Amino acid sequence: MKRFGMALSFLLSFAGFALAEEAAVPAINSGDTAWILIASALVMLMTPGLALFYGGMVRRKNMLEVLMKTMITLAVMSIQWVIIGYSLAFAPGNDFIGGLQYFMLNGVGLTPQEGSTIPHQLFMVFQGMFAIITPALIIGAFVERMKFSAFLIFTVLWGTFVYAPVCHWVWGGGWIGKMGALDFAGGTVVHINAGIAALVTALIIGKRKNGTHAPTPHNLPLTVTGAALLWFGWFGFNAGSELAADGVAVSAFVVTNVAAATAALTWIFLDWIFTGRPTMLGLVTGAVAGLVAITPGSGFVGVGGALSIGIAAALVCYFMISVVKPKFGYDDSLDAFGVHGIGGMVGALLTGVFALEAIGGTKGLIEGNAAQMWPQFVSVIATIGYAAAVTFVIYKLIDFAIGVRVDKETEAIGIDLVEHNERAYTLFD
Amino acid sequence: MKYVVAIIQPHTLEYVKKELYARGVNLLTMSEVLGHGREKGVTEVYRGNKETGNLMRKIKLEIAVNDSYLKPTIEAITTGAKTGETGDGKIFVMNMEECHRIRTAETGNKAIG
Repeated sequence: MKRFGMALSFLLSFAGFALAEEAAVPAINSGDTAWILIASALVMLMTPGLALFYGGMVRRKNMLEVLMKTMITLAVMSIQWVIIGYSLAFAPGNDFIGGLQYFMLNGVGLTPQEGSTIPHQLFMVFQGMFAIITPALIIGAFVERMKFSAFLIFTVLWGTFVYAPVCHWVWGGGWIGKMGALDFAGGTVVHINAGIAALVTALIIGKRKNGTHAPTPHNLPLTVTGAALLWFGWFGFNAGSELAADGVAVSAFVVTNVAAATAALTWIFLDWIFTGRPTMLGLVTGAVAGLVAITPGSGFVGVGGALSIGIAAALVCYFMISVVKPKFGYDDSLDAFGVHGIGGMVGALLTGVFALEAIGGTKGLIEGNAAQMWPQFVSVIATIGYAAAVTFVIYKLIDFAIGVRVDKETEAIGIDLVEHNERAYTLFD
Repeated sequence: MKYVVAIIQPHTLEYVKKELYARGVNLLTMSEVLGHGREKGVTEVYRGNKETGNLMRKIKLEIAVNDSYLKPTIEAITTGAKTGETGDGKIFVMNMEECHRIRTAETGNKAIG
C-alpha cells in the first residue's frame, strides 16, 4: 500500500509538472525534433538527387549545366529563405502573403511555436528544403538552352513571388488552407507550382535545336541513382510533413513507398504494351510520378488510396508524355510539367477522393464527403493560374533585360564549355 | 609496307589479338567506333521517343605491317573475328608511304616491328 502510494505520487508529480509546462512555452519533444531534423536532411538530399536524375537525361555536353543550375538553387534559395522567403510564406499576414516580421529570422527562435513540439527554426529549415527543391524542379523544362545568369535571377524572383505566396496560401495561414483544401506535403505548393512554371517557360523559350532526332539520355545509371536518392529523400518530404514522430508520419511513409512502387510497376507495363520493352527510364519515371502524386495525400490516404493514386499517376503521366507532348510539339525537355505538374494535379484531386478520416481527420469522397472535391479543385486551379501568370511576367522581364536563351553557337557547342568553361567528362585522362 | 584497318565485333577482339600475337604481329592500335554494314540496327526507346538506330558498337584495329606479314595478319584477323553471321566485319589494306619510330628515328621496314 505504501509502495502504491509512492508510485502514485511519483506519477502525479509528473502530471503537475506537465500542466505547469503547458501554461508557459510549448515543450520541445525530442522524438519529434530528432525526426524532423533528419527529415530536413532527407529533403535536402533530394536536390542533388534531382541534379543526377535530370543530369543523366541530358546530352554529355550539358551535364554540368544541369548540375550547376540545381546546386546553385540549393545555395541561392538557402539564403533567400532565411532572409525573406520564410517570412513571406509563414509570418502572420493576410490571406495572400505573410508579413516581414521574420526578416532575417527575427523572432524565429529555438523554442516551439504555439501548438508545435519542435523548435521554430527547425520548422523554418524543414520548410526551407521545400523552397529549395521547388524552383529546381523547373530546370527540367529548359535544360540545354537557358543562360546561367538568367536562371539565377529567375530562381530568386520565382522563389520570392511565386513559391512564397502559394506556400502562404496553403500552409502559411492563407486562403487555400482556410478553405479546407488538403495538401499534406506539397502537391500544389511544390509540384503543380513548378510544373506549370515549367510548361510556361518551355513554351516561351522554345525547342532545343537537335539535328534530326531528340537528344537521348547520356547516362541512365546516374538518372537511376538520382531517382533512388529522390525516393529515399521523399520519405522525409512526406512523412516529415507531419512535423512529428507519430502514427500519421508512419502512415505517410508507408503510402509513399506503396505509391512509388505501384506507379513504377504500372509504367513499365505501359512501356511493355506500347513500345514493346520495359525500360529503365520508364521505371524511374513511373516511380517519380507516383511519388509526386502521393505527396498531397500522403498524410490523408490509406494503402488502397496509395495503390489507386500510383496507378492513376502512371497512366495519366504516361499518356501526357508519350501522346500529348509529341502531338503538341512543346519541348518540356525532361517532363517537369508532364510528371510534376500533371502528377501533382492527379494527386491533389485524388486526395479529395481517397482521404480517410481515421488517418488525417478528413473524409474524402469514398467516405461520402463529396464536398472535399471543391477545395481540392479550387486549390489546383488557383495554383495553375497564379503560377502561369507570374512565371510568364518574370520570364518576360528577364528576357527584356538580359535575354534568357543562349545563342545558337553556345547551344551547339554545349553550355558546359561555353558558360562554365568545364567539361563534365575528360576525353583522355 | 601496308596499313591494315579492320572493323570487327567487340566480342571477338580477344580472339583476334591471340591469333595476331601467335603469328608475330605484336603492335596494334585499337579504337571503339560506331558503324554498320548490312546488318539491322537496334531500336532505342526513351520515354516513348523511338529511335530506330542503326549504329552499332564496333572495334577498329589499325596495324602497320611489312609486306611479308600482310597475309598472316589477314589470316589472324579472319580466324579470330569470324562467326559466320552478318556483321563479322571487314579488312581494308592500304599502301603505306613511310614509317618512323619516334624514340630512335629509324625509318622504313625496321621501324614497323
